[in-house]
Amino acid sequence: MSHFLDKLTYFRRPRTEFSDGHGVTTHENRDWEEAYRKRWQHDKVVRSTHGVNCTGSCSWKIYVKGGLVTWETQQTDYPRTRPDLPNHEPRGCSRGASYSWYLYSAARVKYPLVRKRLIRHWQEARETMEPVAAWASIAGDPEKMREIRKVRGRGGFVRADWETVNEIIAAANIHTAKTHGPDRIAGFSPIPAMSMVSYAAGTRYLSLMGGTCLSFYDWYCDLPPSSPQTWGEQTDVPESADWYNSTFLVIWGSNVPQTRTPDAHFYTEVRYRGTKSAVISPDYSEASKFADLWLSPKQGTDAALAMAMGHVILREFHLDREVSYFREYCRKYSDMPFLVRLNEQGGRLVPDRFLRASDLADQGGEPNNAEWKPLAFDGKTGKLVVPRGSIGFRWGEKGKWNLEERTSAEEDTELTLSLADSRDEVKPVAFPYFGGGENPHFEGNPLNGNPGADVLERNLPVRRIDTPDGPVWVASVFDLLCGNYGLDRGLGGESVATSYDDNVPYTPAWQEQITGVPRQSVIALAREFARNAEETHGKSMVILGAGLNHWYHTDMIYRGIINLLVMCGCVGQSGGGWSHYVGQEKLRPQTGWLPLAFALDWGRPPRQMNSTSYWYAHTDQWRYEKLAVDEVLSPLAERSKFSGSLIDFNVRAERMGWLPSSPQLEENPLELTRKAKEAGKAPADYVAGRLKDGTLRMSCEDPDDPRNHPRNLFVWRSNLLGASGKGHEYFLKHLVGADHGVQGKELGAEGELKPEEVAWHDAAPEGKLDLLVTIDFRMSTSCMYSDIVLPTATWYEKNDLNTSDMHPFIHPLSAAVDPVWQTRTDWNIFKGLARKVSELSPGHLGEEEDLVLTPLMHDSPGELAQALDVKDWKKGEIEAVPGKTMPAMTTVTRDYPNLYHRFTSLGPLMEQLGNGGKGMAWKTEEEVEFLKQLNGTVRDPETGEERARIDSDIDACEVILSLAPETNGHVAVKAWESLSGATGRDHGHLALPREDDKIRYRDVQAQPRKIISSPIWSGLESEKVSYNACYTNVHEQIPWRTLTGRQQLYQDHPWMRAFGEALAVYRPPIDTRTLKGSHGVRENGNKEVVLNFITPHQKWGIHSTYTDNLLMLTLSRGGPIVWISEVDAAKADIEDNDWIELFNANGALTARAVVSQRVKEGMCLMYHAQEKIVNVPGSEITGLRGGIHNSVTRIVTKPTHMIGGYAQLSYGFNYYGTIGSNRDEFIVCRKMKTVDWMEAEGLPGRTTATPAAE
Amino acid sequence: MSEYLNDAAFGLYPYIALAVFLIGSLIRYDRDPYTWRSGSSQLLRKRQFAWGSYLFHIGILGLFLGHLVGLLTPIVIFDAIGISHAAKQMLAIVVGGIFGIMCFAGLTLLIHRRLTDPRIRGTSTKMDFFILFLLYAQLILGLISIPISLGHPEGDQMMAFMAWAQMIVTFQGGAADLVASAHWVFKLHIFLGLTVFLVFPFSRLVHIWSAPFGYLTRNYQVVRSRKTGGAG
Repeated sequence: MSHFLDKLTYFRRPRTEFSDGHGVTTHENRDWEEAYRKRWQHDKVVRSTHGVNCTGSCSWKIYVKGGLVTWETQQTDYPRTRPDLPNHEPRGCSRGASYSWYLYSAARVKYPLVRKRLIRHWQEARETMEPVAAWASIAGDPEKMREIRKVRGRGGFVRADWETVNEIIAAANIHTAKTHGPDRIAGFSPIPAMSMVSYAAGTRYLSLMGGTCLSFYDWYCDLPPSSPQTWGEQTDVPESADWYNSTFLVIWGSNVPQTRTPDAHFYTEVRYRGTKSAVISPDYSEASKFADLWLSPKQGTDAALAMAMGHVILREFHLDREVSYFREYCRKYSDMPFLVRLNEQGGRLVPDRFLRASDLADQGGEPNNAEWKPLAFDGKTGKLVVPRGSIGFRWGEKGKWNLEERTSAEEDTELTLSLADSRDEVKPVAFPYFGGGENPHFEGNPLNGNPGADVLERNLPVRRIDTPDGPVWVASVFDLLCGNYGLDRGLGGESVATSYDDNVPYTPAWQEQITGVPRQSVIALAREFARNAEETHGKSMVILGAGLNHWYHTDMIYRGIINLLVMCGCVGQSGGGWSHYVGQEKLRPQTGWLPLAFALDWGRPPRQMNSTSYWYAHTDQWRYEKLAVDEVLSPLAERSKFSGSLIDFNVRAERMGWLPSSPQLEENPLELTRKAKEAGKAPADYVAGRLKDGTLRMSCEDPDDPRNHPRNLFVWRSNLLGASGKGHEYFLKHLVGADHGVQGKELGAEGELKPEEVAWHDAAPEGKLDLLVTIDFRMSTSCMYSDIVLPTATWYEKNDLNTSDMHPFIHPLSAAVDPVWQTRTDWNIFKGLARKVSELSPGHLGEEEDLVLTPLMHDSPGELAQALDVKDWKKGEIEAVPGKTMPAMTTVTRDYPNLYHRFTSLGPLMEQLGNGGKGMAWKTEEEVEFLKQLNGTVRDPETGEERARIDSDIDACEVILSLAPETNGHVAVKAWESLSGATGRDHGHLALPREDDKIRYRDVQAQPRKIISSPIWSGLESEKVSYNACYTNVHEQIPWRTLTGRQQLYQDHPWMRAFGEALAVYRPPIDTRTLKGSHGVRENGNKEVVLNFITPHQKWGIHSTYTDNLLMLTLSRGGPIVWISEVDAAKADIEDNDWIELFNANGALTARAVVSQRVKEGMCLMYHAQEKIVNVPGSEITGLRGGIHNSVTRIVTKPTHMIGGYAQLSYGFNYYGTIGSNRDEFIVCRKMKTVDWMEAEGLPGRTTATPAAE
Repeated sequence: MSEYLNDAAFGLYPYIALAVFLIGSLIRYDRDPYTWRSGSSQLLRKRQFAWGSYLFHIGILGLFLGHLVGLLTPIVIFDAIGISHAAKQMLAIVVGGIFGIMCFAGLTLLIHRRLTDPRIRGTSTKMDFFILFLLYAQLILGLISIPISLGHPEGDQMMAFMAWAQMIVTFQGGAADLVASAHWVFKLHIFLGLTVFLVFPFSRLVHIWSAPFGYLTRNYQVVRSRKTGGAG
């Protein structure tokens, strides 16, 4: 009935009163309620997640109504934990809860887009030419390329269809592979764990092409190199549930409630159990309010704090009182008992390398790898012994690579920590000191008031050992540590502290001047931390994050903290240890995924490249390098050996096989194999010979030569140019060739020292890429600068897998709706490209032999390259041997006409070579057979063999799940058996209970599944303990994958020593010198203030995603913001919400000021990746629209990260290598005079005319 | 011609306006219940709202009641209780003047607020502006009519308007003739008044129908039965 007529029933409306007339029951029509009920009704709920670069990995319910995704809520069906542990849920945050906005938003990329300039040339060329020739005519015409590059970033996209864009891209790729080499095609995509199949789609395509896959973890500066340095492990951390097992939690440079929101509940809950918590953060972060003790050190000086804590712990728990648990732990699980040679240098002893079995007569009785077996003294017999478990036992022999307290000679042993009681003499040993203060922005603490003093001499107990080469002095690592920490042990000598109040490195009093933290706080924290670990056997934990890890000298901060954890026996103990959560996102079924992702089923090895070095070279940031190698060298280093600039070190590392290269050689590798054949030589010999005689150079020696440019770049699942691209303006200038805001001058123009190993061109190229393709679901900054934008499916429109280090489950992304408009899943996009390449290849590329260069890989026998010294074949110091003293060279067969078949089926190498990871290998015939039955088969068009089909994204998921030990119990058992072979210990019991478990895609769609324990990881997935890193090392006696096989606190590589990082020390941030030419020079009439530029993870976004989400923008200020302190704001007359500009030699950015007492004086916080697409006015400095946070940064590489072929210091993709640190940067901050929105042409204040592109 | 226009404006137009007003309201109430609202902008900005809203609403309710009672009460009632026509007119002028000035002040504040606050301006519909200015114009005309009324204090003109209104609502022909000779200000005032009725169902004015008088007398707790369909 009509609503109105219903109203007209007043007189016969029954009304029942109750409670003496206080209440009444009415019977009016309630149909209107249906509207509200329908608001929350839906047709179906689908399980998916958010594949953003966030370790959250939260399972979500996606609601679909009328064919549209309407909203999402948190899933609450994770498998239960143990009764004494809170459950994992709820997981999810407001960022994830707002994601469905993207699907139908204006920001969505709905159709393939191509730049009009490009499509016009293409159509013109296609009238007369076939596709590859058409592309060749465009890419080969400098005028056309200049025109195309110049308009990048200026809009001008037109809608295209898939057929056309696929044709352009495939033609470009074929042309590039044919003329320049397949390694000139590169792809960048981060964090496979967030959507493994989407990542694998692109890298599988690239790997089959022979293209370069670029790393992310090191580039994002989320990789803590201290982890591989100490443990030989990329990063392994406790799951967040293990926080609940801790009884003392230090949150250091991490902001758990803000950036680890779904996990923070464990942190809040455990405090109710009585766990004490200290937060160390310069700003009053969200985490700080949880603290029982909040320390606020000056940003970037945390290493000084950690060193002072170490001083206290060693003094009170190792020297004045020997805690037996600590001593036993350090003896068994750290390198502290191992012996280090002390070399005479300028009249003093300097710590050198570890003493090895090879130093002894008869190789110490070790025929196998004696150079890789360090030595220690046995405490009972006093004899020098070869303890088991060092890296020498890992390769070439079986059964002795374990941490049992036995020697190589099968004798029980108990190693000696300190030589104090058995010493021959006490001698002064020199340690480098960097705390004197050279950086104008950071106060130092000069030795005895002398800023020039940079060597500490400390008396140590030493012993003399007779070797065939004469006597050598040795000290134990434990004694070196005590010396380094400045502890007085009654041995006399200078600069040791008898009291915490002595101003001697590294006492609590000493650190006050550097960090500003009162000494009493440091002493109290150190004591409580260690006391707790003593009483609980290691349940003290440090959660640490980007606040520490993004500094140039992150290693020192991290190793300072790791030292504390090792001293107190916390690593590998439930509720204890090192919890680094910075963008790592553990890919749990990694070894199942690797063959799919890098096409290891068709050819090995893949081409992988460390991105930091790649971008450093190809965006020409090296041409602006201001940091001299001298500045970071140790005062004890032999300086003549370390000449050149930072890129020279990278080039040396590449040619010695330490780091990978891309492109690899200045000639096309497909051609080189042909030339080798003509010369009648094996390709590796031919190329090694030509490299040696200098007729062929590696590309890294001349990155600006057009022969060595990257040509085609794919960016997917990523926002390289809007988020992670440190040195953003250099990317734009040199790689992309677009308008840019670089303000500084190159070394040439500055008349400064130029590199030694790298050819210098007076004019740097502006624009190297022929084709930039970005695949995204939203119009990101990267899309804006691309030639072609491909519309991809969102996280609610595809099927994929997702895991995290924060919880032990694997769960899916699933398609709640089909990809809308003309979008396609990443899997289908690359499948489509593969099909097109197969179609267009004949006549250009057939079956080709490709020569692939790979560095000396970690977890392979290659990691034992040069044991005792560093010798460069190019300088004639050693023979050039591929795989030993230079990169390994392997011929890989490409089959371009069959690329599509290869992409969509599981290749024969899985059966022929098997699978494996981290040095283990196992057979996979059963799994391949299983996949044939599960996915069906396709016929190889060449051989006629039947192969398992990988047609859909779900097929791809099943390949991962079937091959991975973590999701297939049979494989887990095989993997543990493989490890048992190396260790000589039975580990099978760890997986046997779940042998028959097979997790399949539909299983994880039904409910997240807990993965199966596997030797790929160092913790256990068990019903008894939470996942904790290094748990199996400590509890299963599996060695760490380091030189000593123990936690390695002493880094003895010659470069480590030369750069002063053999032991953890305090190093101030580097001076990037980017204020020159900016501060006080380019005035606008407003006051300027110089601030340290800090870019933490944000509250209203995760990386760039969500920063353009209107729901999130509404919660913040609707555009880019920078937090500054009240003090600095007052200095520069800035009020809250003023528009401010931040600039330096690297570029400029504009944002609103958030003035807050949260922020410490002298620093500013700009939540990273705010992009320049929403609410960004023009810059007064550049005349262009304000930049992104990375507009004011530039990467500075660190030579110690380039070391390779040396046990744990060996390259691994996303595992070791140069990192893109960015927190040492300073900017000039000032209020803007004119806020120019640049919304129409000819506006006042617009300094450069930027005509709208076509 | 002018006679025809007069007939159309004051004889026919009232029926069109009232018919659209009633039928339009009914249809909107039934078909579009979610649009049945006052569209208050109080959430967007509190400042300047309370004064504007109170003055306006008190003023306009007073004016509305005054017009309703003044125009539609049969004159015999006034005669019976001994209120002379002149006194009635003076009463109307004084009370109407007071409420009119209140309403004018309130409406001026509200218009200023709606035009100057970018958020309120941005969320306003064209009809919101139209209604505001229509009422503003109508109010100003009413206020202008006061000095004109003071020119003939005997009340005859008022009597004519009363008769007109009562003939209209009682469906008697020839009502338009009664106002044919009135001052153009009165004519325009009546015309705009009828126009308010005409646009009423298409505007936020519909909230007047839902004035919550029931709140004054309802029980403390009102519980709706799950049972539907009348008696239960």
